[in-house]
Amino acid sequence: MDFLQTLILTTDSAVRLSVPLLFACLAGLYSERSGVVDIGLEGKMLGGAFAAGCVAAITGSAWLGLLAAILVSIGLALVHGYASITQRGNQIVSGVAINFVASGLTALLGQAWFGRGGKTPQLPNTARFTEITLPFAEPMRNVPVIGRIYSDIISGHSLLVYAAFIAIPLTWWILYRTRFGLRLRAVGENPGAVDTAGISVAWMRYRAVIIAGILCGFAGAYLSIAQSAGFSKDMTAGKGFIALAALVFAKWKPLNALGACFLFGFLDAVAIRMQGTALPVVGEVPVQAMQALPYILTVILLAGFIGKSIPPKADGVPYTKER
Amino acid sequence: MRGGWNRREGLINGDFILHLDEQATARGGDGSGANGSGTGQSADVPAIRLVGIEKRFGPVFANRNIDLTVAKGSIHGIIGENGAGKSTLMSILYGFYQADSGDIYVNGKRQKIPDSQKAIAIGIGMVHQHFMLVENFSVLENVVLGVEGGALLGKGMDKARSELKRLAEEYDLRIDPEAIVEELPVGLQQRVEILKALYRGADILILDEPTGVLTPAEADHLFRILGQLRDQGKTILLITHKLREIMAITDRVSVMRRGEMVGSVHTAETSVEQLAEMMVGRHVLLNVEKTESKPGDEILSVEHLTVIDKRGVKRVKDVSFSVHAGEIVGIAGVSGNGQSELMEAVAGMITASNGTVRINGEAVDVTSKADALERRHRGMAHVPEDRHRTGLVTKFPARENMILGYQDQKKYGQGTFLDLGAILKETEEFMVDFDVRPPDPNLKAANFSGGNQQKLVLAREMERNPDILIVGQPTRGVDIGAIEFIHKRLIEMRDAGKAILLVSVELDEIRSLSDRILVMFDGTIVGERPAGASEQELGLMMAGIADTSGVADKAATPSADTVGAE
Ligand SMILES: Nc1ncnc2c1ncn2[C@@H]1O[C@H](COP(=O)(O)OP(=O)(O)O)[C@@H](O)[C@H]1O
Ligand SMILES: [Mg+2]
Repeated sequence: MDFLQTLILTTDSAVRLSVPLLFACLAGLYSERSGVVDIGLEGKMLGGAFAAGCVAAITGSAWLGLLAAILVSIGLALVHGYASITQRGNQIVSGVAINFVASGLTALLGQAWFGRGGKTPQLPNTARFTEITLPFAEPMRNVPVIGRIYSDIISGHSLLVYAAFIAIPLTWWILYRTRFGLRLRAVGENPGAVDTAGISVAWMRYRAVIIAGILCGFAGAYLSIAQSAGFSKDMTAGKGFIALAALVFAKWKPLNALGACFLFGFLDAVAIRMQGTALPVVGEVPVQAMQALPYILTVILLAGFIGKSIPPKADGVPYTKER
Repeated sequence: MRGGWNRREGLINGDFILHLDEQATARGGDGSGANGSGTGQSADVPAIRLVGIEKRFGPVFANRNIDLTVAKGSIHGIIGENGAGKSTLMSILYGFYQADSGDIYVNGKRQKIPDSQKAIAIGIGMVHQHFMLVENFSVLENVVLGVEGGALLGKGMDKARSELKRLAEEYDLRIDPEAIVEELPVGLQQRVEILKALYRGADILILDEPTGVLTPAEADHLFRILGQLRDQGKTILLITHKLREIMAITDRVSVMRRGEMVGSVHTAETSVEQLAEMMVGRHVLLNVEKTESKPGDEILSVEHLTVIDKRGVKRVKDVSFSVHAGEIVGIAGVSGNGQSELMEAVAGMITASNGTVRINGEAVDVTSKADALERRHRGMAHVPEDRHRTGLVTKFPARENMILGYQDQKKYGQGTFLDLGAILKETEEFMVDFDVRPPDPNLKAANFSGGNQQKLVLAREMERNPDILIVGQPTRGVDIGAIEFIHKRLIEMRDAGKAILLVSVELDEIRSLSDRILVMFDGTIVGERPAGASEQELGLMMAGIADTSGVADKAATPSADTVGAE
């Protein structure tokens, strides 16, 4: 296999692997830009993945599966919202609780309902989001470079992959070009300013948290009914945390988020490709070392080696007027 | 007029009548519309009438049975000591807080104001004491927030830009709409707040302690604008605790004390002395008595101190000065000009990037570590500016607060365990000596009033008998009675031959306590003046208009780069 071929294949799998990260990272972005820390991305994704797996298996419809994922994920988001916005509780504790609940409940219910060790039934392709081939992908294949990129990397993904990549510019546009975005950015920086401008802080934050729920629903559905053909226990495998790391890495900015998620997805793809292959000099690199890279990079970033990453000022701080 | 402010007994009756006739106008001394600047019939209806407003924060009564009438087209002052409840009352009017009970009438109509949206809708605008700005937003974004004019920003922003330009010209409130707020000096940030209110078409404008962050010249400019707004028929509510400002600009003034409205008077018929008496409830001495200072040895010397903050902004620029035994050196300046950072670097709360500090002639390491404890061992005590944030652990009882920073002294116990009895006994002594009320060492710091909290901190630091005391804003948020007490103790300490470095944004305080006055502007000391310096002169220096005297100043850094007196 020549180098170009390897690169194309790795990039193609990086695209797939970065999709759940992208959705979850954007979910975190909406939430944290509004001032609600979201460590429960992982749990919402998992809940969504499970719901999608179940509903798609029962109804045979991928779309209904996606809808179920979104609803369940919003439900979890609202729990987090109620704890952290209405009750002004500790947002980390609430997020961690959601992760535990999601991980426990999905395993328990999966086993109780389907009895396959926490897996949902294997889905036929008709109940999944399958790869679609973009127009002219075949004839383009023969055009050098651009053709290969188009037909091998850009074409041939499921609808959800394209949705993820469209969500990035869309989020940028919402954040910087719409009234909602202006208010969202403001409420995460200084909720007092938003309140005195006659805007409800709680309602702004709830909306942000709900959007985070929707996006985590997409991420979960992607995992269980697009990338795989069914849910399996703890299938998010820490992607929610990597997405959180990507969010910090991206300095809470949507276009950076694309870069960060793609980088982390690419590292993942490389790790998979290198499994069992020995490199010159260093020999075989343990998978764990590669998997830890996103976190290591984020720590290096936080330590101030790659510019500065400053969170929204009111991130994680409940809004109270009375001292 | 006397009936005006001696109204408290009358209130009981007034309350009674009120329930019978909500539109009662002939109440007590604050009859509305008495002030002649309004025209036509509408002048009879007051712009604002508050009846029986009450608000509690936990155990604290911030507002108790407040009545207030504000005539249309007037500038109405509200004066009271820190903590009197002025901000709370105004925030209720602006819908930021909800009153526990009471009624609000705006232009004669009874209104429920559940949030600021409603307040804005009925024409009320407010410039908050602590600005409500999104710091990393541009001026323009801050102005349009909440009134964007459509779901998409593009068009609304363009409209706002031109509207802002018009307002800026009309009211002489020039500002760059694209500037990022956190990069603006405080005076201009306040301008953004005013523009926000005007942009929303406010008819009734509340300004909460607007001059606290302004130089005297900037304050004059603000007052001119307020006068102009009044002449256009707008109603202005001006909150302050500075008597002179009230006398200079208001038509009427209402006085608050400890959450209650003491009364309202026509400004033209009152005097500074009478207002002070109403504020405090008794006759007050506005001046501190002190003798000539007798400076001794140099205790603290600061040379070429430079402090750069986390963002990389130079806060203190090559500052040098010294403080001798037996003198109080005051550092004056509008807040935010580097005084806080200077004080924190000297006291060991933050590191400096450059410079030397000597205590009793011996150098302290100021650049590589910030070690407040070491400075305490060397005879420096520090009363930080913000007692809630850095002066006290408000959840701790008084006795634990009393040993903070000194907890390793032998008398409080050896080895692992604290000697609780010794601590308790000493705290009791200190509390009596500083007249802290109630003198209960087991009471949580949070449960003392502001003045008593401040006395706790002062007692902790001053009872150690330090060679040098660094004290920041010693009387911020403290009632006049406690101010007198604190000032007296500081003078006593000076007379006992101690060195004191005083940092305060209250020019009056600096002028009445200091033996020498250093003025800071934009991170540098722009000059030194002796005790008797006039307010005008100091005010000019605070605005960065450097030394006009031409006398070579030992303390002054050679900085004449007057960055426009914006
Ligand atoms: N948000 C709040 N929570 C609790 N207590 C408050 C709050 N705001 C003000 N207070 C208390 O209410 C009293 C009045 O405060 P405030 O209205 O700020 O006075 P002023 O503006 O006259 O200085 C003070 O005792 C203050 O500590
Ligand atoms: Mg106030």
